[in-house]
Amino acid sequence: MSPHRNVTIIGSGPAGLTAALYAARANLKPLVIEGIEAGGQLMLTTMVENFPGFREGIMGPDLMGDMRAQAERFGAEIIQGNVTSADLSRRPFKLEVNDKLMYTETLIIATGASARLLGLPAERKLLGHGVSTCATCDGFFFRGKPIAVVGGGDSALEEATFLTKFASKVTVIHRRDTLRASKIMQDKAFENEKIDFAWNCEVEDILDTSKGHVTGILLRDTISGERTELPVDGVFVAIGHTPNTGLFKGQLEMDHNGYIVTGKGTCTNIPGVFACGDVQDHIYRQAITAAGTGCMAAIDAERWLEHVPRDVEEEATGTERGVRGKG
Amino acid sequence: MASEKIQIFTDGNFDQTVVKAEKPVLVDFWAEWCGPCRRLAPTVDALANDYDGKVTVGKLNVDENPGTSARFSIRGIPTILIFKGGEIVESIVGLADKDQLKLLIDKHV
Repeated sequence: MSPHRNVTIIGSGPAGLTAALYAARANLKPLVIEGIEAGGQLMLTTMVENFPGFREGIMGPDLMGDMRAQAERFGAEIIQGNVTSADLSRRPFKLEVNDKLMYTETLIIATGASARLLGLPAERKLLGHGVSTCATCDGFFFRGKPIAVVGGGDSALEEATFLTKFASKVTVIHRRDTLRASKIMQDKAFENEKIDFAWNCEVEDILDTSKGHVTGILLRDTISGERTELPVDGVFVAIGHTPNTGLFKGQLEMDHNGYIVTGKGTCTNIPGVFACGDVQDHIYRQAITAAGTGCMAAIDAERWLEHVPRDVEEEATGTERGVRGKG
Repeated sequence: MASEKIQIFTDGNFDQTVVKAEKPVLVDFWAEWCGPCRRLAPTVDALANDYDGKVTVGKLNVDENPGTSARFSIRGIPTILIFKGGEIVESIVGLADKDQLKLLIDKHV
């Protein structure tokens, strides 16, 4: 792995891999650092039915496998690993990856967003022991058992509907008395006999850490304040996502939720740093929009590299030429 | 491509190959339909090569082996359990990177 790159892409979801495809085809030899959640959120889904071109739908993990192979076919280098620090104060930008330092002229941030947790101590302790953020991964273990889904958006209802394949009963727990989810998802959920709703309820605690697995949840009614215990074997948390921007705090301009602010295409406030996909988009959040902005970021990076002041590089090439001339 | 060093554990061979093993054993609980499990697979493959001869590394398909999954209360995958002398010495739920896993394995080699 060459430690100095023209284009480095952090993240390997639809945004990162599309950026890699375009940058590779522009002969920029991009490096993709795939991150721990390689493949992005689509790796957690089953059938994707709204990605144009796949009229019968395609499995999320298969789509990501194909995108990856396509980028590699044109010379993108994809490495396992996580960026642990990023210094964007001067060019080339400095990244620490797997304890090694590397440098890049342009950086494309496609780190996406990750599932948010409730933030209860019991939740972390019981993760994998009844608490889950991935219905497609873990629904299987709750065959014939009652479970709860926390959240009121599209992904919560999608998970709830999916989980009725396994569970005896699914209770959707929501803080308010109306859902944020789209009409089509709501209709589906309301029609499903296995889905119940606990309206105006907050999860106060998940039981039972002393037993080492989930036995129920403690709910608090947000209006009356009354507490009730709901016996369940599993808790699926689907309360939205947070952008993975911790590495860039204090360096890049972000909105109050931590999403990177982009303007003029995919440009951030630092010249040479571009952002694409869910890390800069809390509105559309689709595979196809992520891929679209990934393409834009690669083109923006390519144009930027063409027009960047070349003093430093010219100096270096000049010396090289001089040495060659002497030889 | 899966490493040749990777063992396949089943309900049938689990006691013999894992619980009664002398060397430490790393077991990756996975399933075909689990996206994160697919992500983790290359890491487990790499560990099988790196620890060849020192640690037995293998996978157990939870779909095909419900007995073992129930026996160890697996409620989410991927889950990695490390066994030593028939006891579970480490348990990792969800995705982990190679360096994290190496640190845990190295405590028991």
